[in-house]
Amino acid sequence: SSWWSHVEMGPPDPILGVTEAYKRDTNSKKMNLGVGAYRDDNGKPYVLNCVRKAEAMIASKKMDKEYLPIGGLADFTRASAELALGQNSEAFKSGRYVTVQGISGTGSLRIGANFLQRFFKASRDVYLPKPSWGNHTPIFRDAGMQLQAYRYYDPKTCSLDFSGAMDDISKIPEKSIILLHACAHNPTGVDPRQEQWKELAATVKKRNLLVYFDMAYQGFASGDINRDAWAVRYFIEQGVNIVLSQSFAKNMGLYGERAGAFTVICSDADEAKRVESQLKILIRPMYSNPPVNGARIASMILNTPDLRKEWLTEVKGMADRIISMRTQLVSNLKKEGSSHNWQHITDQIGMFCFTGLKPEQVERLIKEFSVYMTKDGRISVAGVTSGNVGYLAHAIHQVTK
Amino acid sequence: AYRTDEGQPWVLPVVKKVEQMIANDNSLNHEYLPILGLPEFRANASRIALGDDSPAIKEKRVGSVQSLGGTGALRIGAEFLRRWYNGNNNTATPVYVSAPSWENHNSVFMDAGFKDIRTYHYWDAAKRGLDLQGLLNDMENAPERSIFILHACAHNPTGTDPTPEQWKQIAGVMKRRSLFPFFDSAYQGFASGSLDKDAWAVRYFVSEGFELFCAQSFSKNFGLYNERVGNLTVVGKDADNVQRVLSQMEKIVRTTWSNPPSQGARIVATTLSSPQLFEEWKGNVKTMADRVLLMRSELRSRLEALGTPGTWNHITDQIGMFSFTGLNPKQVEYMVKEKHIYLMASGRINMCGLTTKNLDYVAKSIHEAVTKIQ
Repeated sequence: SSWWSHVEMGPPDPILGVTEAYKRDTNSKKMNLGVGAYRDDNGKPYVLNCVRKAEAMIASKKMDKEYLPIGGLADFTRASAELALGQNSEAFKSGRYVTVQGISGTGSLRIGANFLQRFFKASRDVYLPKPSWGNHTPIFRDAGMQLQAYRYYDPKTCSLDFSGAMDDISKIPEKSIILLHACAHNPTGVDPRQEQWKELAATVKKRNLLVYFDMAYQGFASGDINRDAWAVRYFIEQGVNIVLSQSFAKNMGLYGERAGAFTVICSDADEAKRVESQLKILIRPMYSNPPVNGARIASMILNTPDLRKEWLTEVKGMADRIISMRTQLVSNLKKEGSSHNWQHITDQIGMFCFTGLKPEQVERLIKEFSVYMTKDGRISVAGVTSGNVGYLAHAIHQVTK
Repeated sequence: AYRTDEGQPWVLPVVKKVEQMIANDNSLNHEYLPILGLPEFRANASRIALGDDSPAIKEKRVGSVQSLGGTGALRIGAEFLRRWYNGNNNTATPVYVSAPSWENHNSVFMDAGFKDIRTYHYWDAAKRGLDLQGLLNDMENAPERSIFILHACAHNPTGTDPTPEQWKQIAGVMKRRSLFPFFDSAYQGFASGSLDKDAWAVRYFVSEGFELFCAQSFSKNFGLYNERVGNLTVVGKDADNVQRVLSQMEKIVRTTWSNPPSQGARIVATTLSSPQLFEEWKGNVKTMADRVLLMRSELRSRLEALGTPGTWNHITDQIGMFSFTGLNPKQVEYMVKEKHIYLMASGRINMCGLTTKNLDYVAKSIHEAVTKIQ
């Protein structure tokens, strides 16, 4: 008999299930709108030019493969912090921060979650927006934290339930942890406006909450890295010492290279050093030290003026294509004769869009039109191209008219 | 980390070649790997550990999880065991780590949630070898179902491995007492120069019908330290059990790093799946292993020629990157302060730090330390 007889089969990953079903489909018009990775207008993965150039430069340097420090590649972590905080940031210039390299967004979130579990004794509660990225909950749970929620998405308007959010957040027990999506909220694409961010910051300060920002789409949302980091920077300027997780999976297309960073804004440089020492103690028994490849590429890009300039152009190009697909989808829906209000499609931002479609409508889209998406009506706009946006509009109109 | 005779890091020639191939392959991109990793890497990595003709592989009862180095593989295995082994979420299951061991073993299992981490006798300082009787006694007395972390070869830090006969005894006790073998294999090929020889213990346990985990690292034998290439090999009773285990490990991976880094896995997969590159790699591995073996024999012969008090056969009896010299802390302090030779307070030296140029100096310094300091 086996030690593992009682081990249950784990539930299938819902998003993976979408891709699996898509692969099996033989319909030539099929569309995979579950994919959480950018696609070009031909529906193909896109390796950024600045990435290729950085890789060539790295190869020519013939570097060794010695272990990175536990906290990661210093040139990378410093550049990541500067990218998020802004070069004029007082927190950055004074050195009252620590940034460690993490295994993309997930790994950075997990390091932060473990750090809070060990050192944030005031509360076990992490408040997530409703809804949030599906993996947030198990990450914090596995780290030993408890999950709570605040209202965020209004399904009636397919936009932000701001009064609901403010109402809930103003009642969160003091010294709880609140997670905020810095930009391009996943899965809804609904972001607060700047005036709303200001009110959120004031409330969060009043409630004395620990703010955990998840920034996985800087540059990828609006096309402007400074605009996308506005909320993060504003909170810090308002005296909120945030913690922050960054991912370079989407904005540099470095998905499988796992480039990310976790940052703690501290009272002073001395505190930062002490925090850093504890982060390293958490990382070492997880994977010892981080993988070099993605960090080197990202560092080369961020720290080489020409490459950085090219990157900013390319990331804007990706964001612009997404925005253009949103616009085209709405105009095509109008052309189809749809009488519904589809404004939320262009109001929302980033890779994902909460269409507002109901599960039965989603099922019809999958079965009758081979348009694959998750049951919650979320589509990855990255999977839309000028070649298939017409078909998508047609299909959506058929199931909603 | 390995060093050449010039004291430099060494990127394996086969690795340079394969990296160039990868760079030139325009069909490759940076998309996410599956959660459990690159399929060609996983299958090849486990095949390396268990052998081409492994009955377990033939019977499809082997699973693999690509991990962030050996550490990552240990952690995923530990997290799974804490959740699913010996009941559900049984944090009280004793975990036994050798005395001494790599210090991170303790932390990995502690952070995975285990509350009862113990040591088992291993190093006999008096005779400078394996304390087999102490080890077997600890296993006899360990609660049934305890987890034992075993070093597959090139024990870190002592360099002292059980002989095949001793492994057989160990396996016998473990089977009788229902103890769980968790192998840490960080030096396959790097220890003796032979992949098969260095995997003998793991394969023996498999042939004895054990269900086991083996955390593999490709940091040293591929020189891919900073790419974080590792693999957790899972051997179970049958395919169905292994499938369920893997599905739960997938959940653990998803909240730890989501999916593993692609570069290092591609290098290893490409190398292992090409007969020509595979031979080239084995040659590179043997180069490293041979240099270390040479340094061992050269150091020993110098100490014996100098007439340094004590016996020095342990230098060549031991295997792998590290050697427990037997120097005491005071002697070590002398080495560090007076001779500027850096070694651990435990007397552990990294054999890779020895070169033809510094052998004489090191031997003389050890001689001085042993004769001047008691």
